[in-house]
Amino acid sequence: MTQAVPPKGAGPLARREARLAWGLLLPTIAIVSAVVIVPLLSIFWISFKPIGLADLRPPAPVVRESLRGEGEDLRLQYRLRNSSRDVAVTGVTLGDTLPEGLTVRAADDRCEVTDAEIFCALGDLEGGGRDEVEILVATAGGDIDALGDLAEASPPALTGTAPNILTNLDFTLENFARIFDGDEFWGVLGVTLFYTVFGTVGALLFGLFAALLLDTSFKGQGILRGLYLFPYVAPVIAVAFTWIILFDPFSGSANALLLRMGVTENAINFFGDRPLALIMVTVFEIWRYFPLSFLFILARMQSIPEDMYEAADMDGASPFQKFWFLSLPQLMGILSVLFLLRFIWTFNKFDDIFLLTGGNAGTRTLTVNVYEQAFAVSNIGAGAAVAVVIFGCLLIFSAFFFKVISREEGL
Amino acid sequence: MFHHGQVTGAILGALWTFVVAVTVAVAMSFLSGEAFRPSGLSSLILGAALGVATLFGTGAAAAAAVVLVGIGIVGVGPVRGGDVALVWAVVAHGVLALGAATGLRVMMRGLPTGRLTRHEFEAAVIRFLTGFGYVFFTAIVVIPFYVMVMTSLKNQQQLVQNPLDFSLDLSRGWAIFDSYVELMTVFDFGSYLWTSFYVSVLTVLLTLAFSIPGAYAVARLRFRGAATFSRSILLIYMVPMIVLALPIYIGYSMVGLRNSVLGIVLIYPVTTVPVALYMLQGYFRGLPAEVEEAGLMDGLSRLQVIWKITLPLSLPALASVSLYVFMIAWNEFLLAFMLLDDPSKFTLTRGIASLNSSEIPRQHLMAGSVIATVPIMAIFLGLERFMTRGLTAGSVKG
Repeated sequence: MTQAVPPKGAGPLARREARLAWGLLLPTIAIVSAVVIVPLLSIFWISFKPIGLADLRPPAPVVRESLRGEGEDLRLQYRLRNSSRDVAVTGVTLGDTLPEGLTVRAADDRCEVTDAEIFCALGDLEGGGRDEVEILVATAGGDIDALGDLAEASPPALTGTAPNILTNLDFTLENFARIFDGDEFWGVLGVTLFYTVFGTVGALLFGLFAALLLDTSFKGQGILRGLYLFPYVAPVIAVAFTWIILFDPFSGSANALLLRMGVTENAINFFGDRPLALIMVTVFEIWRYFPLSFLFILARMQSIPEDMYEAADMDGASPFQKFWFLSLPQLMGILSVLFLLRFIWTFNKFDDIFLLTGGNAGTRTLTVNVYEQAFAVSNIGAGAAVAVVIFGCLLIFSAFFFKVISREEGL
Repeated sequence: MFHHGQVTGAILGALWTFVVAVTVAVAMSFLSGEAFRPSGLSSLILGAALGVATLFGTGAAAAAAVVLVGIGIVGVGPVRGGDVALVWAVVAHGVLALGAATGLRVMMRGLPTGRLTRHEFEAAVIRFLTGFGYVFFTAIVVIPFYVMVMTSLKNQQQLVQNPLDFSLDLSRGWAIFDSYVELMTVFDFGSYLWTSFYVSVLTVLLTLAFSIPGAYAVARLRFRGAATFSRSILLIYMVPMIVLALPIYIGYSMVGLRNSVLGIVLIYPVTTVPVALYMLQGYFRGLPAEVEEAGLMDGLSRLQVIWKITLPLSLPALASVSLYVFMIAWNEFLLAFMLLDDPSKFTLTRGIASLNSSEIPRQHLMAGSVIATVPIMAIFLGLERFMTRGLTAGSVKG
């Protein structure tokens, strides 16, 4: 009799299931890697490149064609220049077809003419360099202007090779040196941490407060719950601009109100003064995201079994004691998960600060710094370097996060 | 020492009256445009008295409230009106006295004069905090939206004249909607609305098309790497958009997808697929596997099971996910801002961003904001049940 042995490896059924699973996942994996993994890799690549916004268009020769002079002097003129000021383009060639009605009399030395085809090998074009090619032509009569238009209508074909900064193997550490240089980086990091820590904690505390308010059921509870979610559901751009207008130093209602109430003597520039601007963007963050914490905490609260409170009542616990020794420990799990997730998300936040202050007045966080470096200073490499730093921080945070979430599985 | 009826009553009375005074002053200023301000000192003194009075029953509270109205009209009440019209003053003082007295009466319910037990004291404090919380949260949520709507209904002159005045000037008739008319005609907001709408709908459809099979595979099928996969999805969900936006901008510039709606429609679903996948797999796991196995036994293939059993069972979850994704796409700003330059292709958020210049009056900016906010709010309020579920399941995207 043969011994019964457990099957080794995956059986055909299991293999088929795994194949189906990968088949179902393939589209997702494909697009996610196309739009997430590839950009992430490219941002690492770019962060080591000396590249500015202008370098996105590689240097190339540019030409202007015109028909000039008349009679003996009639000529086709090609004026070339290098689109880049400092990078040479090598092996420039120019090809064009003469329009009907024009015949070549004499051409530039560098050009070959066969019938109506012109081909010129022009060699190299220095950075910012210019060149000119003239071809003397004759006309069999006819309107010169119209012929000129006809000639210009067929654009000449240009070729030329230039080093493409994005793809060559020129690396530099200058970007990282630049962003870590001086106090600026530490200032930005400090601002980011202030914004992230206080924004997260504030949103959690306010969310907890709001959840405690709505944990009792009464008429209108649903309406209030919907109302308290408004800040989160509305488009960020709409509420950010509303805040800007509300707190405008010259014509904002908040200032008018404070002046009339006698709280302040002079109008306050809420989004323009250090360190008030940073506090204001943090307050905005709390205002906008307390609904989310509120929703989660409320959901968790409502699932705390009622008999625990009854037992506490029997033991004579006071309301504060019930909150402190019963509700809070029950909520600790969701609070810690929310804290970590919100911490990561606040750290990643870009839109809010960008819209409110544009990163001015001491509110430049790391994410705003990416935009600032890449587009305002036009140094894409430095922007990418900041992005790499952000990504590094993110990895550290998510390591923490996965530790906690596997403990608190089920959110 | 605090555990004494009169002391608790006085302190809570003072605090609550001050809260009501500030609320009334702000609300009346916004409603009437007149200058109302709270007075800290008389709020504290009169409030303390009112608080003690409410301890002695409803009659005493009512009497104290009437006295409070009188003191207010004389001009030394918790809310000071300056030289405002008498009607407004009476309304302000009346509302203040009513709010302070009824609020305190509720807080002091069952509180004895004299010594308090710990439970009585804490219950009163909690009732005060609850009252304060309702006023506070409602105020901070309502005021910005109120300002947004009312600013959009004004004209430049009114705004400069009195930034506090948010009353509606009905004598202007339909002209109060001038900003909206101008946005629709001159600034082409109709087409932005349409672009935003179809971009969002396409995003929802594409997201579902990609995430349903993926989520099903992660939730139901056994294969090596399932756990890793679902973790990396969560990780991708946390990559900041600005980090991706930069290479996407570069890539789009090179292949010529920048400045095209197609580019936007291609990129939005990718930002939402991870979250949708995460939400859906959670839901699919919760469905009873037996139903599907019964389907398999009856000879359906896996794909047929998904189509005929799983999807119909998860319609509510699909609704939640769709709404959530729609909201993300509708509110998306960063990518639209970076990738679109041509006004004819703007989405709504990009269109509003283009209104933010010193030449365009700010009531237009606010009208644009209202146009973007109203549809999403309408959907939200109409389908709140799904939306809240979507928000909690979709966890915590910023």
